[in-house]
Amino acid sequence: MQLSDVKTIKASPETVWAAILNPDVLMQCVPGCQSMTGSVETGFEATVKQKIGPVSATFTGVVTLSDIDPGRAVTISGEGKGGAAGFAKGGAKVTLTPVAEGTELAYSVDASVGGKIAQLGSRLIDGFAKKMADEFFTRFQEALEGPAEWSEEAEAQAEGNDEAPKKGWFKRMIGA
Amino acid sequence: MPKDHGIGASSKRREDVRFLTGEGVYTDDMALHGQTYAVFVRSTVAHGRIKSINTKAAASMPGVLAVFTGEDFKDVGGNPAGWLIKSRNGEPMREPKRPVLAHGKVRHVGDVYAAVVAETYQQAKDAAQQLADDTVIEELPAIIDMAKALADSSNRVHDEIPDNQCYDWGWIEDNRAAVDAAFKSAPHVTTLELVNNRLVPNAMEPRASIGEYFPGTGDYKLTTTSQNPHLTRLLVAAFVLGIPENKLTVVAPDVGGGFGSKIYHYGEEALVLAASKLLGRPVRWTAERSESFLSDAHGRDHVTKIELACDKEGNFLAFRTETMANVGAYLSNFATVTPTFLHGTLMAGPYKVPHVYVNVKTVFTNTAPVDAYRGAGRPEATYSLERVIDKMCRELGLDPFEVRRKNFITTDMFPYTTPVALVYDTGNYHATLDKAMVMADVAGFAKRRAESAKRGKLRGMGLSTWIEACGIAPSHLVGILGSRVGLYDAATVRVNATGNISVMVGAHSHGQGHETVFAQIVADKLGIPESSVAIVHGDTSKIPFGMGSYGSRSLAVCGVAMTKAVDKIIAKGKKIAAHMLEAPEGDITFADGKFSVAGTDKAKTFGEIAFSAYVPHNYPLETLEPGLEETAFYDPANFTYPAGAYICEVEVDEGTGKVDVVAFHCADDFGNVMNPMIVEGQVHGGVGQGIGQALLESTTYDENGQLLTGSYMDYAMPRADDVPFYNVDYSCQTACTHNPLGVKGCGEAGAIGSPPAVVNAVLDALNAGGYKVDHIDMPVSPGRVWQAMNG
Repeated sequence: MQLSDVKTIKASPETVWAAILNPDVLMQCVPGCQSMTGSVETGFEATVKQKIGPVSATFTGVVTLSDIDPGRAVTISGEGKGGAAGFAKGGAKVTLTPVAEGTELAYSVDASVGGKIAQLGSRLIDGFAKKMADEFFTRFQEALEGPAEWSEEAEAQAEGNDEAPKKGWFKRMIGA
Repeated sequence: MPKDHGIGASSKRREDVRFLTGEGVYTDDMALHGQTYAVFVRSTVAHGRIKSINTKAAASMPGVLAVFTGEDFKDVGGNPAGWLIKSRNGEPMREPKRPVLAHGKVRHVGDVYAAVVAETYQQAKDAAQQLADDTVIEELPAIIDMAKALADSSNRVHDEIPDNQCYDWGWIEDNRAAVDAAFKSAPHVTTLELVNNRLVPNAMEPRASIGEYFPGTGDYKLTTTSQNPHLTRLLVAAFVLGIPENKLTVVAPDVGGGFGSKIYHYGEEALVLAASKLLGRPVRWTAERSESFLSDAHGRDHVTKIELACDKEGNFLAFRTETMANVGAYLSNFATVTPTFLHGTLMAGPYKVPHVYVNVKTVFTNTAPVDAYRGAGRPEATYSLERVIDKMCRELGLDPFEVRRKNFITTDMFPYTTPVALVYDTGNYHATLDKAMVMADVAGFAKRRAESAKRGKLRGMGLSTWIEACGIAPSHLVGILGSRVGLYDAATVRVNATGNISVMVGAHSHGQGHETVFAQIVADKLGIPESSVAIVHGDTSKIPFGMGSYGSRSLAVCGVAMTKAVDKIIAKGKKIAAHMLEAPEGDITFADGKFSVAGTDKAKTFGEIAFSAYVPHNYPLETLEPGLEETAFYDPANFTYPAGAYICEVEVDEGTGKVDVVAFHCADDFGNVMNPMIVEGQVHGGVGQGIGQALLESTTYDENGQLLTGSYMDYAMPRADDVPFYNVDYSCQTACTHNPLGVKGCGEAGAIGSPPAVVNAVLDALNAGGYKVDHIDMPVSPGRVWQAMNG
């Protein structure tokens, strides 16, 4: 299964890069992620709970980063074991390019599944992976840019302080 | 007036009463005191090296009684291939060991490498999951594509087999030069490359087995879903576990369908037996549907290039085929004979073609084992032939009906020896084609096509004529060809003292209706009511011997053994009657259930003779043993050759590519028919499976060897609205010349003859609609048809 897309994020490549390498950000952004620990050097250990068609499972696995070109590119590889549900593994090549609006993030994913997920859910995998990726980047954008939709609360806040730009939680946290 | 009982009557299937009222007793229905549950751990990768299995955690889980890995079975025998095939160059085939549990390597998704036995099913399941988690398997690149498997020696399913090839078989190698010469000088050659799609058998009842060990006597009992309990006993006893044959009983109770997949011995059967001895308790296992998809032997999976040489009038000069046949990861018991002698020997069809050459390479891949499935080799042969003939007709602008007619072997040519070494004893292929054309109202097709066009549908008509060799098989012949067993069958007819009869037969009924038909035959021959005859099958401790049910052999082989035993009963009855009636034995005649002195009114009924045999107060004890029980073994002199003509009409939706089968006509020659209703039912079932293969069923592995069509969400089985009302006829009857019943076999016919008729009909519809389409592979799904129409 292959998947690729390009997203534009309203943040500098340095900010985006820092976010990608931050387990807290990844945990917030990976749908169904229950824990994410580790570091760039040692790799991350993650637990993700998901449901694919009739198969629901908790995947535990290791995520490693390779081909690191700081601020520009990284390959994220992982393999998750879901017990009776089978396994999922794959890699994503991510490249960052500075653009006028911020950063252009391009990714291409090559993933495969095995065991019960493949046997029972193969027809659903492509759609599922697309949905996962969309959700991940929506959350990632939100983390960096703030909510895409103006909520009344956010609007009220914004009206109260014209000067303060809209900020995502990650930007607020790192003070960028 | 149709008969209402005996041979030729449509007696209602007595077994259906229990099946339809939920009173059938299947393996999983049997509850045993102290029973335990086995769960198998199956590989989730297609190809991998087992690095370590840590059994500690699983073994200490609640309720767990035993944990097994391949290590525990590495010293017992392998599950053998039933036929040894030689390659064209004279080399023997490569036969890798097929262990009870995978050892060292796993070779397909679903390959069993460990097992857990526990007090409850849930406990066993939990521990099996723990065992899977505690296993390290290094994944290797999967070998899925057959051409790549043959070309790449660096990646091997079995380390000792460099090119992943089991054998490279030629039939008949000595004829190859003459066939090639015929092609060189032929005025026309048509070539077609096609795929015979892999099928999952999908028996309604999944496989299930119970092992029992009786320490007091040292006896074992295996209750299992088998089409041939004696063959399973032979394999377990002589090859795998080394249990003496007289210490092992194999029982195959009610079995919910097999279609071939339950002929074979599987490792799970050996494991439950071995575990039952270790634990001293019954060990049971029933496959989940997911396990069936992954581990039942699949069917078909051929990639074939067929060439047809002919003159400009369509007279066949030669056929030549090159086939790659997938055997999967291990050799299942009939895997080597199915693509060879059950396939190549049928490649002349019902045609008087002078030259035929067949080449088959069988290939190991990281997929489930492939073996005989309803039709077994013969559907593949028929599909290749009937498709290339239609293609030739389109190329030369010839009428497909006429081309078949002019190439048929004629009735004056029997017995007819084909260029692929079979001897057809009898048949009338023109008669079945003529009959089918009348049934299908071929003359009125143009009108129907115009009517469909008004509704925006493309209508097509497809023809297929088919022949099969069934009633397998003369033991002498199969021995020469490489079979490790003989293929006779056996029956015991036991006349009880009160005159009713128990017949113990080697054939196993798993849906066919033997209990009804066999009783009809015995009752007819003895002139007694059918209700007085009970058929006993599926238990090695009760029946004399048997090679089981497959290859449409039950009636033509076991049924004949049974009639021969009945003949012996009648012969003995005459001796008893001669004594009781004080007449010479030569004067005794037997008819309508009575032994009579010819020319007098002196007679004894069958019941009186039976009683006398068991209460021998007035009996020739000095010359005749008491009792009335006879056994006969029958080894057929030849295969039987049923044949027929099938005509299918389809409508194709131009917008979506969806194909609807709107009519299906079958004119078959099954020789003498014992029970017309059951014959019709067999044809219905076979055609349903054939339509399933042609339009719906696709077994798809991805490039990593994951089975993507592993459930009924993705594997499309034919449903009631996918098939039409069948129009079935069996009135063209040329009786088999070499068995006393004159029967041929009807169980596989529908699945053999129907797929090419369906695909030919679709291509006819498309071409008549202006789409120049030569070929669409099965399953002819809406997507494939739409793509063919839209380039």
